[in-house]
Amino acid sequence: MKVPIYFDYAATTPVDPRVAQKMSECLLAEGNFGNPASRSHKFGWEAEEAVEIARRQVADLIHADPREIVWTSGATESDNLAIKGIAQFYKTRGKHIITSKIEHKAVLDTCRHLEREGFEVTYLEPNSEGIISPAQVDEAIREDTILVSIMHVNNEIGVINDIAAIGEVCRAKKVFFHVDAAQSAGKIEIDLETMKVDLMSFSGHKVYGPKGVGVLYVRRKPRVRLEAQMHGGGHERGMRSGTLATHQIVGMGEAFRIAKEEMAEEQKRLLALRTRLWEGLNDMEEVHVNGSFDHRSPGFLNVSFNFVEGESLIMSLSDLAVSSGSACTSASLEPSYVLRALGLNDEMAHSSLRFTVGRFTTEEDVDHAITQVRAAVDKLRELSPLWDMYKDGVDLDKIEWAAH
Amino acid sequence: MAYSKQVMDHYDNPRNVGKMNAEDSDVGTGMVGAPACGDVMRLQIKVSADGIIEDAKFKTYGCGSAIASSSLLTEWVKGRTLDEAAAIKNTELAEELALPPVKIHCSVLAEDAIKAAVKDIRDKRGA
Repeated sequence: MKVPIYFDYAATTPVDPRVAQKMSECLLAEGNFGNPASRSHKFGWEAEEAVEIARRQVADLIHADPREIVWTSGATESDNLAIKGIAQFYKTRGKHIITSKIEHKAVLDTCRHLEREGFEVTYLEPNSEGIISPAQVDEAIREDTILVSIMHVNNEIGVINDIAAIGEVCRAKKVFFHVDAAQSAGKIEIDLETMKVDLMSFSGHKVYGPKGVGVLYVRRKPRVRLEAQMHGGGHERGMRSGTLATHQIVGMGEAFRIAKEEMAEEQKRLLALRTRLWEGLNDMEEVHVNGSFDHRSPGFLNVSFNFVEGESLIMSLSDLAVSSGSACTSASLEPSYVLRALGLNDEMAHSSLRFTVGRFTTEEDVDHAITQVRAAVDKLRELSPLWDMYKDGVDLDKIEWAAH
Repeated sequence: MAYSKQVMDHYDNPRNVGKMNAEDSDVGTGMVGAPACGDVMRLQIKVSADGIIEDAKFKTYGCGSAIASSSLLTEWVKGRTLDEAAAIKNTELAEELALPPVKIHCSVLAEDAIKAAVKDIRDKRGA
């Protein structure tokens, strides 16, 4: 077993060796290095062919038409293009956008930006399980609403929204629907033939592809139009200019091909690993899963260890690469806004760890994580005055703390 | 974030972890911070009749730097007078532990904790 063990697959994934192989064939002079936009010679034609194969591979995983795939630099750019692109193109129709409080920053910050440009944004509150209901979206839609943007799988807690049902609501009210699917692609089923989603963002590096490449799915029927955010050259049917990065695109295509082929098996394996992890921890006192347990992407487990502070917990877990909702690990000193939106108090948000298992996680890795976490939590609770007080039956909510 | 050797040492082997009976007449208790902020320190000192700190115990909920700051503090206050202990500055703790700027507040909290403990014992003794 190699330490530290990687439990942060939601942050990024290593590139699958099969993907790396394909990518490496598109770099050197003797490889497929041409500019896909070069129409006058074989180098260009071959590069274009490789890009089109990749486009089909991505489309196949999500049951889309290859012509609905727009290459971008990643899911952040896809979110920006979708939201700003719709807002600017359809602003004469209305200036109201609906999203949720627990979207990725790529969506939230883009919405904040549009607010400064005169758009109005409604931020829906998830329930305590982290779910946005179709009824909530329905109620929030107004005459001037042009866009709803709701994520498929949340990146901190792994909770799955009912995108199909929200899509029905949006279509019935003739409002465009954008979905950030960076965390769901290749993990759970996405069928854009049946889901009424107009725009969907994808990332290469969450699916064992390379960083620096993503996709925006833009529906053709009914047609969705966008104001381009990047100009010059008119690539990608004018929606996103810039020379296509053949090696990145080929890598993402191969990654999505593998995902389609292996998803069913991988889901079962990840679920078994996550279950093993949770069963190894859930008999401890005051351990809580954050977000819905049932509506959850298979690789995710977000847990709070009450009365233990997240950063010190991570310090004790030197063999594990995990992420924390604790303020101290971020620059902002605020604990996770996602966990806060679920109604967790600051302590519980500070005490949270996110484990995400993936393609290369083994049972042995999980068992080692269980041993380390249990020892670390025990040690830190021995050190914790809050644990003492809890054990003495003191109600911590009744104490007047001097906030600093 | 990389931690200094000193922080790691106190974190791995915290000194003087424990709890004294806060009701005892020779025990001063300082509890500072708030769970919501991610730091709570409880520092307790046992003080002889002539005002010398004979023993010190702590428990801390917080990041590694907060744990190290309070652990170091318990080492420093032992054998000192109340006045000497109350005069310990957060900058001395921060320097000894090589805390980075974002962790200075941990040392400030430790300074607050010893001041609060000294005040508690003085209040008890009506001095």
